[in-house]
Amino acid sequence: MTERILFNAIQVLVVLIFSPLVIGVLHKLEEIIQSKQGPSIIQPYRDLLKLFNKDEIVSEESSWIFRVTPYVVFVTPVLVTLLIPVLTSYPLFWAFMADMVGAGFVLALGGFFATLAAVDAANPYGPMGASRTRMVGFLAEPVFVIVFFTVSFVADSTIPFIVQKKWSTPAANFFEPSHLLLLVAFVMLILAEKGRIPVDNPSGHFELAMIDESKGLEYSGQGAALMKWGGWMKFLVLMIVFLNVLLTPWGLAGNVSWGEVLLAIPLVLLKALLFIVLLTIIESSLAKLRLFRISEFMSAAFITAVVAMISSVFAH
Amino acid sequence: MVLLLSNLNALTGGLFLIAAFGIVVTRQVRACLNFFVFSSISLAASALLLGAEQFSWHLVAVGVINLITKPWLLPWILRRTVREEIYNQREITQAVNIPTSLLIALGLVIAAYFFSLPWLDAVAAGVTLRTNVPAGLAGLLLGAYTITARREAVPQLLGLLTMENGAFFAGIAIAAELPLIAELALAFDVLILTFIVAVLTRTIHEHIGTTAAGALSELREETRQ
Repeated sequence: MTERILFNAIQVLVVLIFSPLVIGVLHKLEEIIQSKQGPSIIQPYRDLLKLFNKDEIVSEESSWIFRVTPYVVFVTPVLVTLLIPVLTSYPLFWAFMADMVGAGFVLALGGFFATLAAVDAANPYGPMGASRTRMVGFLAEPVFVIVFFTVSFVADSTIPFIVQKKWSTPAANFFEPSHLLLLVAFVMLILAEKGRIPVDNPSGHFELAMIDESKGLEYSGQGAALMKWGGWMKFLVLMIVFLNVLLTPWGLAGNVSWGEVLLAIPLVLLKALLFIVLLTIIESSLAKLRLFRISEFMSAAFITAVVAMISSVFAH
Repeated sequence: MVLLLSNLNALTGGLFLIAAFGIVVTRQVRACLNFFVFSSISLAASALLLGAEQFSWHLVAVGVINLITKPWLLPWILRRTVREEIYNQREITQAVNIPTSLLIALGLVIAAYFFSLPWLDAVAAGVTLRTNVPAGLAGLLLGAYTITARREAVPQLLGLLTMENGAFFAGIAIAAELPLIAELALAFDVLILTFIVAVLTRTIHEHIGTTAAGALSELREETRQ
């Protein structure tokens, strides 16, 4: 009992501590693939330390939303981490607090507050980026819902732990055509939600073209550190949901033992590394889409998810 | 062992569906050709897997013939007869815009699954029939839709060939002892068809400067030199 609570806390600590490392490795790989040297992989930790020590400037014209948002953006991925299988394949203490749809809504709450805060500061580029983020977000909503529905339909449940068991134990479930199509749809969804190429340029500095980066434009000091860290944690959470529930539901601790749980940490990081390599290859070989073509990209993701749903509903 | 083969066959069914959607939707002619090659490779993989599962060398021969003609010979013929610049063309618009096109294609796939379901239940079909027949029917309908929706000549040809791919994808699951004569005749048919359409495309391109087949519906005063 206490061990389950402790394992849940260890899960949260793992996501908190290792999400800057994951982003650092992603940046370095992207630079290496362009024949540059790239920053060191612990650079995000140094950025966070620097930002926590700086003064914060808050506009007098902004409201309570601007002040509350960094905390909301930081806390929502932490809450979702309590619900998903990160290190263990059996449900932990808080795992039944919400199901996958609830977790999706909690993440959307963080995104919603970030968008509101970008409008709140009355920076001319903030509302532009915020409205584009909402456009990508509402195009991604149907894909989220259909992916969750298909995954839950096969598993007869919406709790991520039970879904993960259903996908991993009979090997036949892994090779279904609906599974492959779901993987494709979910990767397109991660690319859209986190503002990677082809939806948005994550390393661009033109405010006129920013979509997802615009949420952190006005923040400084501690607020900026929390917004950045929350964004990185959201990325790691989405990656873990993809890896541990859909793609490679193996390598998680099966028994209530400290050794297995601690062993699962490097295995999860290894899986995240493989996903980062795949993401780097995708990002380096595609070009950023023009804004009105993003709706085509998201409709392709929607169609893939619906075909996955049809082929799993009609085959069972 | 049988379970693993039918699982891999289900994987090729998924790949076939993805490739058929890609043919409907991609803008570049070159990308359309790549998706067609991808769907032919998944068809050949499915034929080889079903041949291994049911120990029928007819299906293995079907797979090998498909592997030779469609991914290799067909692009070679197209590249020799159609001029190179046609491959770099992009369709800026289709007959309907791309999200609507995708939704119509989705409706066609739903229709394919819906219409094959009573037949599959009546025959008490096994796993391979349940994956192959709806996917093949979907490929057929998507190929027909490609011919209507796209403007360029080469994607229209690829739509026609996708119809044939889809029909074969369903056929290899239904008939394990497919006569080799039928397969050879169809393979040559594909090659001759490609050759004719490619020569026509080149001639059209020389005369009116574009391969958009819809531009042929009116008489024009000048011709390009």
